This record gives sequence, C-alpha cells and structure tokens, in this order.
Amino acid sequence: MLIPCPWCGDREDSEFKYGGAAQVAYPQDLETIDDPTWARYIFIRPNPKGPMAERWVHTAGCRRWFNVVRDTVTHEIKPIRDHA
Amino acid sequence: MLTEPASHPDHLWRNPEPKRAYDVVIVGGGGHGLATAYYLAKNHGIRNVAVLERGWLAGGNMARNTTIIRSNYLWDESAAIYEHSLKLWEGLAEDLDYDILFSQRGVLNLVHSIGDARESRRRINANRLNGIDAEWLTAEEVRAFCPIVNISPDVRYPIIGGTLQRRGGIAKHDYVAWAFARKADEMGVDLIQNCEVIGFDLEADRVVGVRTSRGTISAGKVALCAAGHSSVLAAMVGLDLPIQSHPLQALVSELLEPVLNCVVMSNAVHVYVSQAHKGELVMGAGLDPYNSYAQRGSPHVIEYQIAAAVELFPIFNRAHVLRTWAGIVDVAPDASPILGLTPIQDLFINCGWGTGGFKATPASGWVYAHTIATGRPHALNAPFALERFTTGALIDEHGAAAVAH
Repeated sequence: MLIPCPWCGDREDSEFKYGGAAQVAYPQDLETIDDPTWARYIFIRPNPKGPMAERWVHTAGCRRWFNVVRDTVTHEIKPIRDHA
Repeated sequence: MLTEPASHPDHLWRNPEPKRAYDVVIVGGGGHGLATAYYLAKNHGIRNVAVLERGWLAGGNMARNTTIIRSNYLWDESAAIYEHSLKLWEGLAEDLDYDILFSQRGVLNLVHSIGDARESRRRINANRLNGIDAEWLTAEEVRAFCPIVNISPDVRYPIIGGTLQRRGGIAKHDYVAWAFARKADEMGVDLIQNCEVIGFDLEADRVVGVRTSRGTISAGKVALCAAGHSSVLAAMVGLDLPIQSHPLQALVSELLEPVLNCVVMSNAVHVYVSQAHKGELVMGAGLDPYNSYAQRGSPHVIEYQIAAAVELFPIFNRAHVLRTWAGIVDVAPDASPILGLTPIQDLFINCGWGTGGFKATPASGWVYAHTIATGRPHALNAPFALERFTTGALIDEHGAAAVAH
C-alpha cells in the first residue's frame, strides 16, 4: 500500500505508523462528564466499512503527522487538507 | 485387497429456504454461530433457529485461522472460559460424531529474554492455580521436545526456555464447522447461506425481526455473531461497539514430510507455526495496524513473519510459500471478547474474539446459547459484558495471544 505523505510524496506503508481515526475530539466539561460519555471517548472509535478519516505518521521519513481518507475495503487513499 | 472407501454423503446439511419467522435468528454462519445453534438445540431444546450467512458456511475467519487450541490465559475470567472450551474440545469428536482431527500435540511458547521468562513463569503459576496444565522448559528441554528449533546462542533472539501446555494442539477447522453444522441441521436448525442481513426491525427498544437480501424474517431473539463485521451490523441499530477490524495474515507452505511435531509460538520473534495433518506448515503473522475489511494485508508483515520463522527453524529456509491470506478480526480495547446482552432487548452480541477465536468455538457457542436461551449471561461470560467498558472492569489479555498482536 502506498501512502501519500503530504511532504514526502508516495511511500510504502512500512515507513509509517498508524494513528487510527482522525478528528476525535477530547471531551469538554471534564468536571461534570458521566461514565458512559468518558467510556465512549476512551474506547469507541469509528470502524466503518468504506471511507475512513484516519491519521498516519511518517516515522521513517519526515516524522510528521497527517490525515487521509482511506477506503477500508479497497484501501484507496484520498489526501485531505485538514491535518488537525 | 483394497476395501471400498467410505462413500461421501450427498450433503451434510439441508439448504432450506428461510421461513417467515424463527424463535432465534443467529447472524453469522461461522464456527461460533454454528456452535451456538448446535448448543441452543442440544442444551436448551430451542430448535426453531436460523443461522443466516452472507456468504457460505464457515468461509470467513473459520476458514482463515491457524487452528491453534490452548487455554493458558493469564486472568481468571479468560482461563475459565478457554479451559471450558478445551474440555469441550476433548470430547467434541465423540459429541458431534465426526472426526475433527483434534490433536493434542502440545503448544510450546518460546522465551527469549529475562522479561519473557518472568512473565511466562507468572503465567505458568496463574495457569496452575486455575487447574490448567503448564510447564517450564529449559532451552535444552525445548530442543528435546521440538528437535528442529534452533537454540543456538548466536542468533538475534536466543531461546532461553519455553512454556508448554501439553493439552494444547490443533484441529481441522473445516471439519469442526461441518460437524457443528451437520448436527445443528439434524436437530432442525435452518442453515441459510447467501443471505445477507441489511437491517433490523425494532419495536420500541426491542428487536423483532431481521431484514435480509432474501426477505424479512421475524425473530423472537436475534444473536449477532459476525466477528470482523460486528461493527457494521451493530451500526444498523445505532449501537457503536468498542471494536476495530483489522486484517490478520497467515500463510501455508507446500506439503512437506512430517517435520514439526507440535505448535510453536514466539512472542519476541513473532511467529506461530504448526504442521497440518496434510503436511503444510501453517504460520500466522501479526495484525496489520490499520482498519480494514479487505481480507488482505501488507506484504512486509509476511516478510517479517517468515524471517522470524527461518531464524527459529533454519530447516524451513528452503520451504516455499504456497499461499497467503488474511481474515478480518474484531479487536476489543482489552483484547478480550464481548459476549452478552445489548441495550436493545432480545438482541445479543458475541464479538471481540480478535486474533484467537477458533480455540473458543465450543465454549463460545455453549455460553452464548445459554445467554440467548435464558436471557441472562452464563457465569463464564458474565465478566465479558459490553458494560465493562463503562465500569472499567476490563480483562486485559494483550499478552494472551502469546504473540504481540
């Protein structure tokens, strides 16, 4: 699988580490948050069959994090601009 | 003079049209689904049951695993359910009246470091306290038990010892599935293939039916049993599971003369291998790190695994890879299964077996059938409830795979 690093270009997936689902927000209101909400943040992540926004880090290259949308059935990757 | 070989039966199970309604609909016709149907019929007398399978019976992870059976898990909850499974395995051929080639040839876990050794001895002690057979072997004893293992100190990860569960071993995965399917069918269970579930019918917070590619089927109870696709099914009723689906790769060599007499696993060098009855070496790799439903993984994972195998077994270095494949495994955050009730009434869940579900097949079916029949978890699966991710009562078996998945 070739992964498009936004800074280094297409590289083998063995150069990267996987960071799981992208754009998982840290919960607000930590003082008042209940257990199910906290559990949801800690343990539940998207697991779609199809397009998935996810994080990678180019550990054997520029060592920078970035986001892509990858299809979990075809492994086709679409670069996106938002790397937050 | 040659005797006539036994003739094959025309079929091992019927191929029925789905009825309009069942007492229980099991979604997923893999090993666990078939075992669940069998024990529902046998232990609980519930025979108006359908097993719905999207493809063909036992064509998913049941056809893709490396068939290793053992019960040497660290924590009490895991040890109890896997040991129950091993005891069922020990009587399964007789129970199902079918030779499943269950072979208790011993599972050897290699130890390569002081840290490994401490952890392994702890596990041996924990196993023995739970009545599970476990032994420590020195490096020389490892070689005596498995002569082709290289115990030279001149390798990257020298072997300093090992643990052995003599009652562990392998079975023929297809025969296991066929045996469960045949007996379930005999007792009246409808095994329905090429029948994909595309939705569920709910009334208030209760499930009352299943929508499928072959029409709508009413159900008193619905039992999900779909391994890597559990998240997809659960999403149809708005339920988010703490599950991630990953490819887990394995491979076989060409057929070889008998050369490996036991199952060997190594965490540090990362390979697990046995020789199937037919003669091929069966090896498993690590998880591919990314989420996938593609039933294929990255070649470098296989390369790493073969490098490990050749270091441990120099005799393998001229063997050829016949084929590689991947199954989609459902991994929970604590690497333990999720088996029990859901927030939706009459909807049950069995998933999260991750990289080690084959060995659990009989016990998983046994306790899932109990849970479905009585509406309450069996004592063995009560700790594996979905609620543990809220209560925090996790069962951390990340070390349990005996390889670092």
